[in-house]
Amino acid sequence: MTELAWIGTALGAARPQVVAALLRYFRDLDLAEEAYQEACLRALKNWPQNGPPRDPASWLIFVGRNAAMDVVRRRKKQRELPDEDAISDTDDAETSLAEGLDGAHYRDDILRLLFICVHPELPATQQIALALRIVCGLSVPQIARAFLVSESAMEQRITRAKARIADAKVPYETPGEPERAERLSAVASVLYLMFNEGYSAPDGASADARAPLCDEAIRLARLLMRLFRHEPEIMGLTALFLLQHARTAARFDGHGEIVLLEAQDRGLWDRALIDEGLALLDKAMRHRRPDPYQVQAAIAALHARAARAEDTDWAQIDRLYATLERLTPSPVITLNRAVAVSKTRGAADALAMLEPLAPKLSGYFHFFGLKGALLLQLGRDDEARTAFGQAIALARTPAEAAHIRMHLDRLQSDAKV
Amino acid sequence: MLYAILCYDSEELVEGWPKDQDEAVMKRLGVVQDELRAKGRLGPVARLMPTTAATSLRKGRETIVMDGPFAETKEQLLGFYVVECESLEEAIETAKKLGGASEGHGTFEIRPLRYFAPNGSTVSTGSRVT
Repeated sequence: MTELAWIGTALGAARPQVVAALLRYFRDLDLAEEAYQEACLRALKNWPQNGPPRDPASWLIFVGRNAAMDVVRRRKKQRELPDEDAISDTDDAETSLAEGLDGAHYRDDILRLLFICVHPELPATQQIALALRIVCGLSVPQIARAFLVSESAMEQRITRAKARIADAKVPYETPGEPERAERLSAVASVLYLMFNEGYSAPDGASADARAPLCDEAIRLARLLMRLFRHEPEIMGLTALFLLQHARTAARFDGHGEIVLLEAQDRGLWDRALIDEGLALLDKAMRHRRPDPYQVQAAIAALHARAARAEDTDWAQIDRLYATLERLTPSPVITLNRAVAVSKTRGAADALAMLEPLAPKLSGYFHFFGLKGALLLQLGRDDEARTAFGQAIALARTPAEAAHIRMHLDRLQSDAKV
Repeated sequence: MLYAILCYDSEELVEGWPKDQDEAVMKRLGVVQDELRAKGRLGPVARLMPTTAATSLRKGRETIVMDGPFAETKEQLLGFYVVECESLEEAIETAKKLGGASEGHGTFEIRPLRYFAPNGSTVSTGSRVT
């Protein structure tokens, strides 16, 4: 990795901690974000010369805090002169803040920040969008994609959420026990989207570069589980993360190309993560309160339990997807269910399930990828070629595009024979 | 005389080790274990999953199943079993039977294992790929 790429990754990975800590000091979202950006600019100047600091996050918090202090002082000056006491108080506060910079400190900051972003004053969609922007540092296009809405709509949604938090004078403090529990589900959905964003490695980034998002989501989920020991939703969520993450080493080949689940070398799967995921899922299911995360974890568990791809219990997976469709109806879930149906009842039945989804998923890479694969199985090569072409146009990563191109090349060479 | 050596440490810290650090520690521990094993002085070695994976069962007339480890401070660790079970359900049933056979109102904590060497060789824990 080049130096600049390394710095970029480090800045991105430190972002949640840094913004969370800065928000705690200044209680102003925009100021905290600006201060983080200012600190990043200084890091880009400073780190290549002096080498990376041992702890990038605390470096950024320190520098960001000083930068924002200057802004605050300037603003104050424009209004009124502070008296001596106020100034010396600030100095004292700075000392204790500097001393308070320890690992355990920021870790709680991030969770605190998450719980603030999912304030009940905001509608659920705004809560989650705001948290993804502020805490996870995802770009507006990334968030828009996660919600399957347009960028401008998402931009508006986030701006409105920020304004609303400012207007409502939402206090930046850790919510009490009952409120925390109420906001827990919203926090869980942020972690879920955060993990997915890292898992699907978009924007042409290598899987390595996006992995911090997955790691961070897992770390926060584990932390949540310690705070809320009786919540099956969090157990299921963590189980899902662990079971998915266990496959990381097998998901891409040496050239960075996608290896499909059925072709993965299962010897590369991390058994320790799988075991822990299965144990947590077992625990969650005993509560008899099924939710979408538990069901998804159960699907991942069936894959994890199959020693070979052909041992996969597709009938059971089909049933679980049916449950998921009932709990949270979505075209993407139906699309996934179609994969299971293609294994149990054949490509024709699966294709029939896809047709009604076309209007909603016309911008979705996987829709055309699956459609092409099913058409190919049915020997409808020309239509398959069209679908694969549409898929390539929608691919978000070189790996996705390359994978589809492989199908097309095969079609091409078959046609010549 | 046989001695049990029980490991206590900050779970938050240990669970936070990055993968390579964790592997390095396990490797160093393996060296010590190998020495003992060669002399025939090593019994079962087990590593537990985090406490968040634990389920507890309070003994008594009516057994109560709870998430997490909740042994009371007046209770001390008196012994342990390593049991092969298909599921958590089966493990709970087993613990209930053990509870019924013993006396008192103590707690059984059911903690899945992460690593297990019964005597000499490592066997897989949890999920068996069959």
